[in-house]
Amino acid sequence: MIAPQSKLEGSSMYRGASIFLAGIVVFAILSPLVTSALPAYYSAIVAYAGINVTLAVSLNLVLGITGQFSMGHAGFMAVGAYVSSYLSLTVFNHIQIVGLPLEVSQNLFFAVSLYIGGLASAGLGYVVGLPTLRLRGDYLAIVTLGFGEIIRVVLLNIDVVGAARGLPGIPRWTSFGWIYAIAFVSVLTVRRLMNSAHGRAFLAVREDEIAAEAMGVNATRVKVTAFVISSFFAGVAGGLFAHYLTYLNPAIFDFNRSFEIIIMVVLGGMGSTSGALVAALFLTGLREFLRPLQEITKLDFRMVIYSILLIVLMLTRPNGFFGTREISDFNLFRRFKRNALKVNNPGENHV
Amino acid sequence: MNSFTTVRNALPSAFAALALLFSVGACTKKTDAPTGTTSGTSDSSSASTAASGDEILIGEVGSLTGSEATFGTSTRDGIDLAIKQINEGGGIKGKKLRVIVLDDQGKPEEAAIAVTKLITQDKVSAILGEVSSSRSLAMAPIAQSHKIPMITPSSTNPKVTQIGDYIFRVCFIDPFQGSVMAKFARNSLKANTAAILRDIKNDYSMGLAEFFNDTFTKMGGKVTVIQSYSAGDVDFKTQLSSIKALTGADKPDVIFVPGYYTEVGLIARQARSMGFKVPLLGGDGWDSEKLTEIGENSLDGSYFSNHYSPDDKSPHVQKFIADYKTVFNRIPDGLAAMGYDAAMVLADAMKRAKTLASEDVRAAIAETKNYPGVTGNITINKDRDAEKPAVVLEVKDKRFIYKETINPS
Amino acid sequence: MVEFLQHVINGLGLGSIYALIALGYTMVFGILQLINFAHSDVYMIGAFAGYYASRYFGLADSPGLLSLLIALGCAMGACGALGFTIERFAYRPLRKAPRINVLITAIGVSLLLEFGGQIVFGADPKFFPTLYSAGNTLVFGGVQIEPIQLLVFVVSVLLMVALRFIIFKTKAGRAMRAVSFSHTNAALMGIPVDRTISFTFILGSALAGAAGILVGLTYPKIDPLMGVMFGLKAFVAAVVGGIGNVTGAVLGALLMGVAETMVIAYWAPTYRDALAFSLLILILLFKPSGLLGSHRMEKV
Repeated sequence: MIAPQSKLEGSSMYRGASIFLAGIVVFAILSPLVTSALPAYYSAIVAYAGINVTLAVSLNLVLGITGQFSMGHAGFMAVGAYVSSYLSLTVFNHIQIVGLPLEVSQNLFFAVSLYIGGLASAGLGYVVGLPTLRLRGDYLAIVTLGFGEIIRVVLLNIDVVGAARGLPGIPRWTSFGWIYAIAFVSVLTVRRLMNSAHGRAFLAVREDEIAAEAMGVNATRVKVTAFVISSFFAGVAGGLFAHYLTYLNPAIFDFNRSFEIIIMVVLGGMGSTSGALVAALFLTGLREFLRPLQEITKLDFRMVIYSILLIVLMLTRPNGFFGTREISDFNLFRRFKRNALKVNNPGENHV
Repeated sequence: MNSFTTVRNALPSAFAALALLFSVGACTKKTDAPTGTTSGTSDSSSASTAASGDEILIGEVGSLTGSEATFGTSTRDGIDLAIKQINEGGGIKGKKLRVIVLDDQGKPEEAAIAVTKLITQDKVSAILGEVSSSRSLAMAPIAQSHKIPMITPSSTNPKVTQIGDYIFRVCFIDPFQGSVMAKFARNSLKANTAAILRDIKNDYSMGLAEFFNDTFTKMGGKVTVIQSYSAGDVDFKTQLSSIKALTGADKPDVIFVPGYYTEVGLIARQARSMGFKVPLLGGDGWDSEKLTEIGENSLDGSYFSNHYSPDDKSPHVQKFIADYKTVFNRIPDGLAAMGYDAAMVLADAMKRAKTLASEDVRAAIAETKNYPGVTGNITINKDRDAEKPAVVLEVKDKRFIYKETINPS
Repeated sequence: MVEFLQHVINGLGLGSIYALIALGYTMVFGILQLINFAHSDVYMIGAFAGYYASRYFGLADSPGLLSLLIALGCAMGACGALGFTIERFAYRPLRKAPRINVLITAIGVSLLLEFGGQIVFGADPKFFPTLYSAGNTLVFGGVQIEPIQLLVFVVSVLLMVALRFIIFKTKAGRAMRAVSFSHTNAALMGIPVDRTISFTFILGSALAGAAGILVGLTYPKIDPLMGVMFGLKAFVAAVVGGIGNVTGAVLGALLMGVAETMVIAYWAPTYRDALAFSLLILILLFKPSGLLGSHRMEKV
């Protein structure tokens, strides 16, 4: 995965494309296998975990890598979820491409609907990001939190998507393969970005915005870029979520959901894509893992345990599981890769 | 810039590629396509193992924590009482019932996971829940695709039972209850004008408000203002001031407040202290002793529709109230009564069913006719909704007094 | 006109409740630059402390000023102790960690209090006893004023004045200002930084306790999640007023109360919850330091 900045952008591009293709072929083959092998309960956990991976990895781009404190991720997820579900319900569920089998046509439409959901979310990310990303730190946090809540209230007022009564009957098009392929694409996108001039600019803005500007980095532009990409994936994840649950209502996307995603990023280690990935899987699994406890105690202590765990983890491991490192930094050939590691991870010395 | 434009150009093609590949994947395994991971293949096995052993497992999903926890816990208590009584009465077909309760924290996706666990891991024979339509709508497709009967005690949105033939309810649907209060206001209270104060966050409240408005207008009345609040609010003075400012022909004769007792108590207090004399009207969400505990005497002279009257002399109603009091040391609220009835209707159907296989239980539930529940005589109609009369209760001196019965038309 | 005035009065009443909570937010933020998400739950604990105190001492049977003061004392004491504990064990160890870590811890504490509260107190709403009856509704030319609202308003203004006095006229206040300016420099000047921060937390939490009682009296329904939305709005009010500024917090809270009322009354009641945040965004975009906040230069 470690690709030092290549002079030949082209070869790196081919490499990226081949990794990408190989990845989705693997997921396409795995999808039906996993679906038939796993009991429905576990495959549901695995599915939500995968959606959370996309959410955490995309938020990490803004929160961890660019250092901008956004607390409105649930809002962008909501936009993607609602736009794509509405499209699927009103248009794509009723048409089929002539000459193609139903499955092919359905999956193509699903791709279009997810993509449009992502674009809508990205567009909103641009509109929200441009004025607000001038703000810093906690101010940005509270404004993005506010935008998330505004989106929720606006959804409560739109009758065509059901308002408080919600939007039932969304076709169940999300499969294991879709979820993990999207997660894979988001991880890959962030990784590829990190190895580009853009990624360097993200990190520069995180480390010191003023110094970065002095070096000729257009900080606002960089922040908005990160925000838009992050919103895009949040929107796509929202679409996956909607087409998995088959039901939406605005309360799903309240600020607690944003907190949940932030917690995944921080727990994994801000700035570490692998960390976000592992934390998303870990936390989603943990909630289900604690379920049997409830049958014994008759009371649901899950959130209490979850919150205590959160506090303890923050106190004992403030940098999260991974700090800013990646899984690939821990491999056996570390010694040989030390040089590459330095290039790959400029944030390292900051810890 | 290069890499970014690459990302931008690559994404659409990436999505297209994904679509094609997954469709190939889907083609190779046809059963996977329509329902995703909850494939229809494991149904028969789960249904047949469900009733084995010497106990029958029932799954319950409820909001035991989170912002709607108070409703979930009441329902759970009602169900617990029912199961206890059934087991003391010898169980069903010689087997004891056991309920597995899972919490969903008030989140639809948690409810979906929980119901999946109950059906596929614990192999329950039937599902009880959820309180709120928003969670039931997330759970019902899963119960339906596994062909496990599900009875919701209190999800009033008509869409819930439309999901499939395995989904039932024992409560009113929004259109009926909304129209009950509209009829009562028009016919018995001779109201010409009404104001509505609804909870924008709550689908139940929005549903009742909508159908009250429809019926009331159709019957020649006029809804002069619709005001809103959000669940969790504590200050309603502004909404009430706006209603109070209406004069002349717009002055409302009644105020319809189709919310939950958690807010209505405060609304009534504030309304009375502002000098409102007109009656407040509401739905079964009012039914709780908390209503008059919080609202004290401010609710006197107000009316709400409910499933049963605590004054009902029928022995089974009085027995339920007394038993509930001994076990939980408080008066049952409407949600507890409906939880109780949901469990009882299920147990009754299981007794009548030829076998405990899910299709037989389903058929038996669908044939439920005039079951003498605490919340009225329940008949399951062809839409799998409970058909039962509503009673209108008057609040007087912190007590709920029977006023009249309104039958479904 | 009467209707409009009535709405303004209602708005000020609601705003003064926000103000009570906003004061605690603004103090903690002023000294630690931390959004103390747990503050709104400390306020909830205050209400429950008052509730249990009045049950334990049977205060509801003899309503009056004495009962109110006992309940206030219990609530403020419990909250002060809780605030101290939270700061000592959850925030202090993270003094050197990035701000986001402390924020996550704050969210963690907040979730713990909310869900712990649901288990300990039960999730159902409780009736807060009438400990003190402020009298009948006052009417001035058609405009109604609840005496309890008047009381809350007066109390929040008094608290604001008292806090200003503590911050600007006492030694502890000078220490607080120094610490908020720079922890390191304050320490070099011989100011006990940790103790000052603890003091601020105790003060802010005790205020939350008082707010819990007053809200309980005004809106006699308390439940473990009562702080969530109130807290969020109070925080927004503090930011609108200029966070870290005590007068700003009260001003921002009153402004927000009135603005919310106006939205319900004249515009779109269903958008009420969005208003607080729209107001916040507008103010931050045009005057990022808030109404009364002083702008701090970003240091390189």
